[in-house]
Amino acid sequence: MELVAIEILNGIVLGVIYALVAAGLTLIFGMLDIPNFAHGSFYALGAYVAYTAMTHANFPLALVAAPLAVGTLGLIVDALFIRRLARAGHTYQILFTLGIVLIVQEAIVLIWGADPTSVDVPAALSGGIALGPISFPYYRLFLVAVAAVLIAAVWLGLERTKLGAIIRAGIEDSEMVEAIGYDIQRLFTLVFALGVALAAIAGALILPIRGGQPAMGNELNAISFVVVVIGGLGSYAGAVVGGILVGLVQSLMTLILPSASEVAIFAAMVLVLLLRPQGLFGTR
Amino acid sequence: MLTVRAIDAGYGPATVVRGVSLDVPDGSIVALLGRNGAGKSTTLKTIMGLVRPRGGEIALDGVRIDGATPHAINRRGVAYVPEERRVFSHLSVEDHFTIARRAETPWTLERIFALFPKLEPLRARRARYLSGGEQQMLAIARALLTAPRLLLLDEPSQGLAPVIVDAVVESVRRMRSEGLSILLVEQDLAIALHLATHVYILESGELVYSGSSAELRQNAAVQAKYLGVG
Repeated sequence: MELVAIEILNGIVLGVIYALVAAGLTLIFGMLDIPNFAHGSFYALGAYVAYTAMTHANFPLALVAAPLAVGTLGLIVDALFIRRLARAGHTYQILFTLGIVLIVQEAIVLIWGADPTSVDVPAALSGGIALGPISFPYYRLFLVAVAAVLIAAVWLGLERTKLGAIIRAGIEDSEMVEAIGYDIQRLFTLVFALGVALAAIAGALILPIRGGQPAMGNELNAISFVVVVIGGLGSYAGAVVGGILVGLVQSLMTLILPSASEVAIFAAMVLVLLLRPQGLFGTR
Repeated sequence: MLTVRAIDAGYGPATVVRGVSLDVPDGSIVALLGRNGAGKSTTLKTIMGLVRPRGGEIALDGVRIDGATPHAINRRGVAYVPEERRVFSHLSVEDHFTIARRAETPWTLERIFALFPKLEPLRARRARYLSGGEQQMLAIARALLTAPRLLLLDEPSQGLAPVIVDAVVESVRRMRSEGLSILLVEQDLAIALHLATHVYILESGELVYSGSSAELRQNAAVQAKYLGVG
């Protein structure tokens, strides 16, 4: 019973990480219609930027530096390349983002080395809380709290601010947003940067638990797409709920059949698509 | 206000509009008529910059706007109300006002609600739950809030109940009396003749008639040839 409780908690930890990454991807894929196969690579870069910040400075700085640095990189990549490819169609965008996957992985090897890296959990967050017979690490609770605050803040930003309303309008009809006077290309670049910044902060948060390794983005590249499809393309709530669902499925499967925990994620996607092709919260 | 000279436009390999020229003088309503597929909507989209002209010139108060992006054209003072209305279905009426409203617009919310009293109690409602007529009013309000000098209005009466059509037609008259210039695409000849001072007719992408409303009203032959169903 305790094992189940622990795996549920771990599933939530994993789930909020997936939710953060997928929330970013649903903005990029759902609104901008860019099939960003490199989304997990920005997550990996976030982890490595956080690694540098933690080894040279401290953890709070790492949580700020990772989204800022990766978000800035996202601005540049989008403005210089992805905007230009937007007119060329999906095939070119897919090839380009697959190129980014390879470039990021090799860049990580060049800058940080091919060996896995690890950092200690911040001293202030070491130890754990006793939940009956089990102990749950403080850091994981902190991670869930930070992720929840970020997810809520982005949701509020989308639902309650003028910029958020413009972005939601742009998801539906970018031409009409142009026709009421907004430069949709600049807005799209901003949203792309916001999306990859969310992936980066997820990478920074997971670093003290899983450490970093150059190919760490590949797993998330696949999972974030699964989550977005399960949740419904372009649905923010769908990405969040889907992320937590996938995290739970993956965690609980390690109790039943550990070798199948990855397969279970894709099985869950197939199941959702069969029952509800538009995804849990999708409208199209 | 608006001068269009010999524009060509279309989609992909298809040319939909060929050599169309028209003028919208300051403070007037000009109607663009013709059968389905004649190129009326494409002409409006081309003026708005949503379709890029392949040739010809479009100028607003003497300044070329052809080739500019739609947001730049909107900021120069042109607003667009599409045939399908294209309100943002997940946004509330209030959200539409918030994102469309320009600081310099003379259209305060009070004046918008005076024009469309039906919208006031619906401020918090998402656009997808509005009726067709309410969506039409919202699409016009959204355009007005961007402070246009020229309004491109595509088939505002289409698919609406007669009583709603009357309200929309009345609102268009009031917009003109506020000094707005309007280029109106309309299937309903009676509405077009009632509102517009000058009328152009398109047929298969080409301009085939230009005259005052009074002249067209008398000219049954032109009406039958280009507008009649038979």
